[in-house]
Amino acid sequence: MSVDWIVFLSLAVVSVASAIGMLLSKSAIYSAINLIINLITMAAFYLLLGAPFLSMAQVTVYAGAIMVLFLFVIMMLGSEQSSGQNLVPWQTPLSILLSVILIGALSYLLLDRSEFLTSASKIAQDFGSPEAIGLLLFNAYLLPFEVIGILLLAAMIGAIVLTRRPKRLDEALSSGADQNLAEDTHATD
Amino acid sequence: MLPIEAYLVLSAVLFTLGALGVLVRQNPIIIFMSIELMLNSANLAFVAFARLHGQIDGQIFVFFVMAVAAAEVAVGLALIVTIFQARHSINLDRLNSLKG
Repeated sequence: MSVDWIVFLSLAVVSVASAIGMLLSKSAIYSAINLIINLITMAAFYLLLGAPFLSMAQVTVYAGAIMVLFLFVIMMLGSEQSSGQNLVPWQTPLSILLSVILIGALSYLLLDRSEFLTSASKIAQDFGSPEAIGLLLFNAYLLPFEVIGILLLAAMIGAIVLTRRPKRLDEALSSGADQNLAEDTHATD
Repeated sequence: MLPIEAYLVLSAVLFTLGALGVLVRQNPIIIFMSIELMLNSANLAFVAFARLHGQIDGQIFVFFVMAVAAAEVAVGLALIVTIFQARHSINLDRLNSLKG
């Protein structure tokens, strides 16, 4: 067994174990921490696959920014403990059955019908470097890049609008309604 | 270089675990984390195929998936906060007032 396999298998065990830990932990905080471990092992896999820039972006964006957002919301809502009682009791066994079917089908497809997988080609020295990715991103993929910028802006504005205090919203609505009423009376006068 | 199937099987296992999390948990925050797990397993498959074919385009797609995931998390968590302010609970099984 080569060093590659040892590294891959140990990382894979950590990855799958943290994913299962995320599913099973009662508290949302422990789930978030398990997911952070999972995302960091994913960054290590990216390094193994020749994507150093993506690996760093994974640590910064996912394990950093997105998970901090999750932790903020968990702290804001006071980490609601799961009550233990399931209102839909047949849900869990059915889900497990469906998951087993899904993993069986995917494994069959990947391992038994894998003629479409050729052997890996040799890669250049700067494969996946920031320079190569930047050149491709700002030449061939310039339009999708701009579109994704607009999408992020729209999501940001949407989040701000959704979480505005309802009280202020009510005030704004009622004052707006008063103005409309006043204007209406003026108009009728 | 390991055979690419190893990464693909790991990706499939992680995707299944994420789907299982979406199906069994009642806390929407943990459901969002499971969706992140599924997106990440798809990213792993993208990077593995990029390595297989020796082309960087797959890695560009991972960037776009990351951006969409960030947008989705921002809006989704805002929705969860709004639901919590209105209902004082975020248990998904109890949010059944639209049920006929």
